[in-house]
Amino acid sequence: MFKFDKLVFGDLGWGDEFLFATLMTITVSILSMGLGLFLAILTVWAKLITNKITRLIANFYTTVVRGVPELLVIYLIFFGGNTVVMSIAKLFGYNGYIELNALTIGTIAIAFISATYSSEVLRAAYLAVNKGQIEAAKALGLNKFQIFFKVMGPQILRHALPGIGNVWQITLKDTSLISVTGLVEIMRQTRIASNVEHSPLTFLVTAALLYLFLTTFSGKFFKVLELNYSKGYN
Amino acid sequence: MQNFLDYFNQSLLFRNFLEVLSGLDNTLLLLIISLPIGFVLSLFFALGRVSKYQFLSKPIAGYIFVVRGTPLLVQIYLIYFGLGSIEFIRESFLWILLKEPFWCGVLALTINTVAYGSEIFRGGIQSVTKGQIESGLSLGFNKITLLRKIIFPIALRKVLPSYGNELILMVKATSLVSLTTYMEMTGIARKIMAKTFAPVEAFIAAGILYLFLNFLMIQFVKYLEWKYNPHLRVEQS
Repeated sequence: MFKFDKLVFGDLGWGDEFLFATLMTITVSILSMGLGLFLAILTVWAKLITNKITRLIANFYTTVVRGVPELLVIYLIFFGGNTVVMSIAKLFGYNGYIELNALTIGTIAIAFISATYSSEVLRAAYLAVNKGQIEAAKALGLNKFQIFFKVMGPQILRHALPGIGNVWQITLKDTSLISVTGLVEIMRQTRIASNVEHSPLTFLVTAALLYLFLTTFSGKFFKVLELNYSKGYN
Repeated sequence: MQNFLDYFNQSLLFRNFLEVLSGLDNTLLLLIISLPIGFVLSLFFALGRVSKYQFLSKPIAGYIFVVRGTPLLVQIYLIYFGLGSIEFIRESFLWILLKEPFWCGVLALTINTVAYGSEIFRGGIQSVTKGQIESGLSLGFNKITLLRKIIFPIALRKVLPSYGNELILMVKATSLVSLTTYMEMTGIARKIMAKTFAPVEAFIAAGILYLFLNFLMIQFVKYLEWKYNPHLRVEQS
């Protein structure tokens, strides 16, 4: 029922395969979290500036992506993404066949989902910073970039860190869904291994433990970061 | 106008829409069974979690930790593929239910929502102030009455918005059950895509239905908030 000997490293077991799959999960999570944060900053910017059109687009994006199952978003980007990329390439005069690899597609899809959650966190963090600080910075003669990087940025980061930690956990768990694109991360490796060895329970429990390890470990990491960033407040 | 209607009726998006709509009842069936059971169990688990008896609170804390730390997909696969590979379960009466992808989905969704839900309710129960409990005790309430008349109403009212969030996450989570061959909306959209090679139309049709379902869910939670928070209603003059 539970075959421990199938989990050894080397040719006899799946240990090293699972190690690489875990590294792939971590890679995809970090890449899509980063891209997601970038998209989230754009979204927050679009929501906060006084322009009705950008706000409408940003609100539409967050409402739709958060109201639709993650799996559907991934399917749409995975199966529909190539068509979109090829039609964009056609505009630039390239008529060949383009196929994006699973890593790129998966990262983009998860980033689109992660960005909707991050944008809520960042928006709340931005609004939590006292507006008097911007005025104080202006009174000191700081320019826009200095205000953002020296005054607002660090404080937004402090307010956003707990929420960002939550989004990271969600993103990490969402990467299990891109196994449907064929990218060999933990979940895909689990399916492959259990089909070969006819022992799904062994590998599924392994996968669950790996995810548990990743979420717990990164949760601890974010706790330390939070403590570090709120040093001046305790 | 008639021309336009004809065109619309024959368009791929509209036909896909009708086809995906036929999977709506399967999606709803998953929710109708797992959400109420999940709600009731969450309440009990939350009570166990805040209980002073460690033999109750410790295992529940462990259960919540494990379920919240692993993806739902792993849980669904564990129940659908994992449990089925255990000889003992295949020979027991449980197999009648667990060989069906539907009941595996219901079980996985319930286990998942109970973990998140009980954590939400725990926050609500702990937010009931000591004075409120003491005033209940001074009126001679026993434990059950105290729970029924004071702790639950106050706690539930407080956590309605976050529990509403969890309900929406559950609506979205039902799409994962399609990966165990259960034919609900996402599964049908996937089938349409394999048949027509037009992914965008198929998934947009399903997406619109999910959005609508979530919209209804939000309205339902808003109605509950309105109903149970009469003191917060804006007076209309």
